Amino acid sequence: MSLQELWFILIAVLWAGYFLLEGFDFGVGMLLPFLPRDEAQREMMFETIGPVWDGNEVWLVVAGGATFAAFPAWYASMFSGFYLALLLLLVLLIIRVVSFEWREKSKSPRWRSVWLGANALGSFGIPLIWGIAFANLLFGTPLDSTGDFTGTFRDLFHPYTVVAGVALVVYFAFHGAVFLTLRTSGDLLARARQTARRLALPAVAAAAIFAVWTVVVAVDRNGKNVFPPVLPAALVIAAAALAVICVIGGRSGWSFMMTSLGVVLLVATISTSLYPRVMVSSPSFSNSLTIQNASSAHYTLVVLTVVALIVLPIVLLYQGWTYHVFRARVTGEETGSLAELLHTGTDQPRSPRATI
Amino acid sequence: MIASAVVDLSRIQFATTSIYHFLFVPLTLGLGPLVAVMQTLWHRTKDERWLRLTHFFGTLFLINFAIGVATGLVQEFEFGMNWSVYSRFVGNVFGAPLAMEGLAAFMLESTFLGLWIFGWNRLSPRLHLATLWIAVAGTWLSGYFILVANSWMQHPVGYKIVNGEAQLTSVWALLSNGFALRAYVHTMLAGLIFGSIVMLGICCWHFLRGREVELFRKAAKLALIVAVPVTLLQLIVGNRFGEAVTSAQAMKIAASEAQWDTCQPCSFSLFQIGGFTKTDPTPSFSIEVPRLLSYMATGSFSGRVQGLNQLQQQERKQFGRGTNYMPNVRVIYWSMRVMAYAGVLMFLVAAAGAWLYRKQKLEKAHWFQRTAIGAIALPYIAATAGWILTEMGRQPWIVQGLLLTSKANSPSVSTTWLAISLAVFITLYVALGVVDFVLMRRYARVDPGSHEDKAPTAQPAPGF
Repeated sequence: MSLQELWFILIAVLWAGYFLLEGFDFGVGMLLPFLPRDEAQREMMFETIGPVWDGNEVWLVVAGGATFAAFPAWYASMFSGFYLALLLLLVLLIIRVVSFEWREKSKSPRWRSVWLGANALGSFGIPLIWGIAFANLLFGTPLDSTGDFTGTFRDLFHPYTVVAGVALVVYFAFHGAVFLTLRTSGDLLARARQTARRLALPAVAAAAIFAVWTVVVAVDRNGKNVFPPVLPAALVIAAAALAVICVIGGRSGWSFMMTSLGVVLLVATISTSLYPRVMVSSPSFSNSLTIQNASSAHYTLVVLTVVALIVLPIVLLYQGWTYHVFRARVTGEETGSLAELLHTGTDQPRSPRATI
Repeated sequence: MIASAVVDLSRIQFATTSIYHFLFVPLTLGLGPLVAVMQTLWHRTKDERWLRLTHFFGTLFLINFAIGVATGLVQEFEFGMNWSVYSRFVGNVFGAPLAMEGLAAFMLESTFLGLWIFGWNRLSPRLHLATLWIAVAGTWLSGYFILVANSWMQHPVGYKIVNGEAQLTSVWALLSNGFALRAYVHTMLAGLIFGSIVMLGICCWHFLRGREVELFRKAAKLALIVAVPVTLLQLIVGNRFGEAVTSAQAMKIAASEAQWDTCQPCSFSLFQIGGFTKTDPTPSFSIEVPRLLSYMATGSFSGRVQGLNQLQQQERKQFGRGTNYMPNVRVIYWSMRVMAYAGVLMFLVAAAGAWLYRKQKLEKAHWFQRTAIGAIALPYIAATAGWILTEMGRQPWIVQGLLLTSKANSPSVSTTWLAISLAVFITLYVALGVVDFVLMRRYARVDPGSHEDKAPTAQPAPGF
């Protein structure tokens, strides 16, 4: 295996990590306006992802940085070509990031609903845009011989790319609902289970359409063989179907494993469909970027490989440990916040100026 | 003509978003360790006042951190979005530290900050304290990799040019770039100055209103213990950094002194009117200190500093005619002075505060308290001026001596797209800035550890 191939796989792994982890954050965010009965339940939903969403989002930062370092030409063409789409994505990312920290800074219902809305909007919009963007890498956009995008904003929209975006949204909503069945309790758990059951069939359908259409595009437009892309595509459908069975059977842990596996396999479907290309050019197919013509030189790839081999396992260890620390179901009773500790740490409620 | 409009708009957008980003980053870098010290003191002494201060300043730290993270994403995307030619040219070299930053540093700070925020009752006190220190270490490591990347644009090392692309030849040369190490020390000290000066100003606000004086005296003491040595050290380090710039970017130093012709020894201009353009090289009024520039630029009182005109001739010979290799002299001259003078003022404020603290007059000296509140603006002014000096002083180069800014933009991005994105960023950033300012002000004014601080709007916060 060449280093280019290794980094193509590693970048796919980083994107898979991002979509797997942030995918259920997005799902929880999408369900925020619909699932909870009251403010206490909204609070519980935020608490399920509160400690981890920031660490999850860093997978995007790393995926972006790794693409820049290992395949500069891919990074340059994709980010400049999808300019307006990525601008919208950045706006949604920003309002979503601040919504986590700012929402709780006031008890005003209006203030809270604004930031809840911002979080939900971001959670819908971000996977929609990523879905469209990734589908375009495969479907092809007009590139010139230096790899610069020569099309317009409207060129990014085609039935396949739009369906891919919507499919990702539906699938993540399901993934998030399943995650909630694993992390909540009481009435919220019952509601999460119900939502997961309702979303199950649409999610399987979405994943199946995305996976099959991806293989069809790869074969029809890019001259790929049906095998290997058809393998992960078939497994996507199998994993999603198993997830549905587990959801109906009430097995939260297994269904979450299956939805997570589905995300990884979706990324594998797109990657195998793309390979050896990273960004397809259409109509001038020969201008497509490949892992050879878009990559950094050997030495840079060696350096990056050494760093990744040392650091990535450590990251997986401590992120795994974080999930272990916050494994208990959210009950809505114990918040674990500092304010709590401050108030229970003293014998009597302190009046604001008692120490003067 | 169109091309240059795209370049100008791209530059304005990148400058706006990165200056904005750096309003939040240094406070994170500086407030982080200070909050960690407070929690450590609580852990050691079991004095509950340190816990209340940890909570109080920790809240400000987190409000500020969120917006720093959000605006940092924009920076990572913009290289590719607006500077695709640049990204292809430098990706082999410049991408590596960015990837390392994400994997080794940003992962650390984000994950462990989540553990810190939500781990108060779930982790043992020792382990919980460790999560904050690890997150802080992550922010400092992050800064290192980013400055390695930026310093390569100022002083490229460890590369060769192959087929019109810069390729990495030595990662050690890249990571131990002398320019980067100096820039790192300079920037981390700036972070500590941010943290301590902002903290001092907030304490003084509470003194002025006679609230929780005992509590905030503890915080003020900590702030002063950091601020006095660090502001002094920064004046020395800043000066040393200037020497590194002299050898790597002679044009930047010549411009920052409006030195049109080579001099030896050179006097330092404290203030001048006129003398900023080629047609008007002699100031109509100036105040100068003999031999000081020689010392600052070269470390010797009789050192030689090259002039703009001579450097321009050299670069034309080396890189081709038809390009003006001088940055905007007026902007560079003043940004350097604004930065340096703000630095001196911060040292004076810190020193006066320490003197008053020793005399036990800090809680009573209203004149000083008002000054210290106003001084919160100084680190922001100094840091902004510093980056304007660093980045505009490098112009017309985007990578010193290797690639011109005017040839580095994305050809696929039109003026229309840029107009849209610039308008969107400005609108969004102004809105975020207003909310952030209101939140920071509100939480800087609540009584620490009281019931109101969790929800200041439930009851009207005092003085708001």
